[in-house]
Amino acid sequence: MMVLLVGVTVLLLIISAAQILKISELTAAAKGEKVYEINEQQNKLHSLLMLAFLVFYFAFFTWQYIKWGKYILPVAASAHGVGIDSLMKVTWVLIIPVFIITHILLFWFAYKYAYNPTRKSTFFSHSNKLELVWTLAPTLALTILILYGLNNWNKIMTPVNPEEDHVLIELVGQQFSWGARYAGDDKKLGRANVNFIEGTNFMGLDSTDSNSKDDIIVRGEFHLPVNIPVQFVMRSNDVLHSAFMPHFRAQMNCVPGLKTQFNYTPTITTAEMRKITNNDKFDYLLLCNKICGAAHYNMQMNIIVESKADYEKWLSTQKKFAENI
Amino acid sequence: MSTHHHHQQDFLFKYIFSTDHKMISKQFLITGFIMGFIGMVMSTIFRLQLGWPGESFWIVDKLLGTWAENGVMAPDKYLALVTMHGTIMVFFLLTAGLSGTFSNLLIPLQIGARDMASGFLNMLSYWLFFLSCIIMLASLGVEGGSASAGWTIYPPLSALPQAIPGSGLGMTLWLVAMSIFIVSSLLGSLNYIVTILNLRTKGMSMTRLPLTIWAFLLTAIIGVISFPVLLSAALLLVFDRSFGTSFYLSDIYVGGQVLEHSGGSPILFEHLFWFLGHPEVYIVLLPALGITSEIVSAMSRKPIFGYRAMIGSMISIAFLSTIVWGHHMFVTGMNPFLGAVFTFTTLLIAIPSAVKVFNYLTTLWKGNIKFSPAMLFSIGLVSTFITGGLTGLILGDSALDISVHDTYFVVGHFHIVMALSAIFGMFAGVYHWFPKLFGRMMNNNLGSLHFWITIVCAYGVFFPMHFLGLAGVPRRYYTNSQFPLFDNLMDINVLISTFAIIIAFGQLLFLFNFLYSAFRGPKAPQNPWNSNSLEWTTPVEHIHGNWYGDIPEIHRWPYDYSKVDENGEYIGGKDFIPQTTPLYDNELDENH
Repeated sequence: MMVLLVGVTVLLLIISAAQILKISELTAAAKGEKVYEINEQQNKLHSLLMLAFLVFYFAFFTWQYIKWGKYILPVAASAHGVGIDSLMKVTWVLIIPVFIITHILLFWFAYKYAYNPTRKSTFFSHSNKLELVWTLAPTLALTILILYGLNNWNKIMTPVNPEEDHVLIELVGQQFSWGARYAGDDKKLGRANVNFIEGTNFMGLDSTDSNSKDDIIVRGEFHLPVNIPVQFVMRSNDVLHSAFMPHFRAQMNCVPGLKTQFNYTPTITTAEMRKITNNDKFDYLLLCNKICGAAHYNMQMNIIVESKADYEKWLSTQKKFAENI
Repeated sequence: MSTHHHHQQDFLFKYIFSTDHKMISKQFLITGFIMGFIGMVMSTIFRLQLGWPGESFWIVDKLLGTWAENGVMAPDKYLALVTMHGTIMVFFLLTAGLSGTFSNLLIPLQIGARDMASGFLNMLSYWLFFLSCIIMLASLGVEGGSASAGWTIYPPLSALPQAIPGSGLGMTLWLVAMSIFIVSSLLGSLNYIVTILNLRTKGMSMTRLPLTIWAFLLTAIIGVISFPVLLSAALLLVFDRSFGTSFYLSDIYVGGQVLEHSGGSPILFEHLFWFLGHPEVYIVLLPALGITSEIVSAMSRKPIFGYRAMIGSMISIAFLSTIVWGHHMFVTGMNPFLGAVFTFTTLLIAIPSAVKVFNYLTTLWKGNIKFSPAMLFSIGLVSTFITGGLTGLILGDSALDISVHDTYFVVGHFHIVMALSAIFGMFAGVYHWFPKLFGRMMNNNLGSLHFWITIVCAYGVFFPMHFLGLAGVPRRYYTNSQFPLFDNLMDINVLISTFAIIIAFGQLLFLFNFLYSAFRGPKAPQNPWNSNSLEWTTPVEHIHGNWYGDIPEIHRWPYDYSKVDENGEYIGGKDFIPQTTPLYDNELDENH
């Protein structure tokens, strides 16, 4: 009944709108106006609305920045993350002025050059000089961005030097949880493959490989020592996942059948970050960032960054693979 | 009896199995809009979930049925909606709906041809598209639901029904529908290319073509280059899904057992997909840019600034679009060196794009602008193209992409630069060429109101997404309330969803205006916008063959607006000189 009433109301509204439209068109035609032509009054209104929109757009932008600006780019907690953030800021410094200037020009021209029957448009069809200027200017700006960006990219993508003091961790994604494996005392990750998955051995470690015996597997949360490079190796047991650690500016897909890698050096402990964010419940998170199924949105793992001593203490309380079997 | 039979035949071949490009154009338009409307409703529905997670909605319950117990959609059905929204909008509305409508309508009319090179292939192209729409919509009703692996359908998720229910029959139908769609698109594109190259009227040299035609030509060319690659990607996926091959699959443990697939790589699929996927952005965007170039010039009563630079930049964009696909894959595990190469090629696209923007601005400068709804949407397009294009510099930079890849920043970026620009171009085209489509005029007041509501709400929806993304919120999340990390951003989602609901209702204005004007609108005059291009010389009523008598001859480029002689008087006495007007004495051909 309700639906029927709503339907009838909507129908009546449409019919009356159509009638009003027809009447307005007929009166206009009776006055000798061409209804499809934009009259000067309407044109003036739209030119003013163009200016109003410009003001609205910038005001909206500013309002959003004031309201949510404090949450964007949360403090980078890794060494290279600081580099990414400064590259980001340089990019903003280049593009925000362009955004503002081009929008002012666009809407100002729209306002200023609204139709006026007493004026003629300027026939101006091309200018090689101008076109050269606005080909070269972006080229120059982009050269800077490309060089600066690639310099960062190459640094970030270089794996940790194996000679250096570092932590080796394997992250394995599977619907819809994460597992982390530490290389253990031998600093080597044992062989693993989905064919060995059985019972608690959800990462598929090969128990005949001596390198796997001292590997330490954890779920739910994993710990990292501060200021020591961490080399991650990523794997997936089923579909694509992506290991996304927003505070560390780290992201790499986990691909079934392929090992991928990423490395960073955490620089701020969880305790310090709780002070910085003024939130004593703060935790770093590892999130899945590649659509992987129904519970994709809930595939997470806590990351605890702590001093090297605390980290080693925690690690020593974890069971080795051989002890678990 | 026989006349009756004859009439039926007429109806059947005039409106249904028509080979006339103008009718086919209308078929594409209406089918595209119906699909677009469905896609829009889907987005409004899943925005309800994102704005107010877990709340029960009467409308969700009614529309989704078993997908939403008690009015709350299931998490995997949220993904199904997102997937179908993306697929429908990108391919069915903005590829077939946009290109199909305006390439078909304008190519023969603007180059001076009686019809497309092959009317039959053209008809076939539409009917394959129609079939593809039906199959895609049917997939919403099958067991397990429609495809749910994202519009990019990355395997293994899209290959394994054990991983998500939508990867069963729903995915099969998706692949069938898209394969048919690709065939339809190829038939259309080949027809457009051949027609433009071979059927131009006397005097219509390539450098006298309206920019719309250049845009359609380049769109068709990149379509022909890239769509077959998607077809091959889809076929290999069909093999993996149904015939036990391992092109994309290896080392998979799912549903408690190890699969036999071995040796494949999902990254291969990603390469093949994005080899279409990125050019696809320009397949969607170039026609919109062509349409607005035409409208901005005609409604500013000024020649488009830098006609040849506009062509040059479109050619560069089309070329570069085929060598940048890897910027979607910076963090997939692809070799970092390749990442560096793709960063370089990607950022290069900013140069021709910047040239286009500056040329639009200069065209407006010292113009005499008439704000028809088409012009309003064209100005809106320039704004969205700038806004969305600039954030592309961040996503195209591999180092920056690490922190914003697959976040809402991406969603904001591509909706503004691709979706909004393309749909604004499409609306502009419909308002501008409605007289050519239906022989009637649309209502200006309703059209302008539609524009102002749309642009304000569109930015209201997509601009705040940049903030979500920069804060680290991943896309394709059913809700981000599962951990406290993003709690203080929750009000952004409420704002976005509110704007999304308003903009959806705002489109009803357009729907009403469109239907009312098609049947009851005032009759269109011969040349309502005082435009130079050739389509305005054809009779208002659609006739087979487009022109009575001979096809007119072309004597000049289409942008001689407000051309004055040395005394400052308009040449020819009016502020426009149609392409069919021969050069006056002592007049210089502007585009020599």
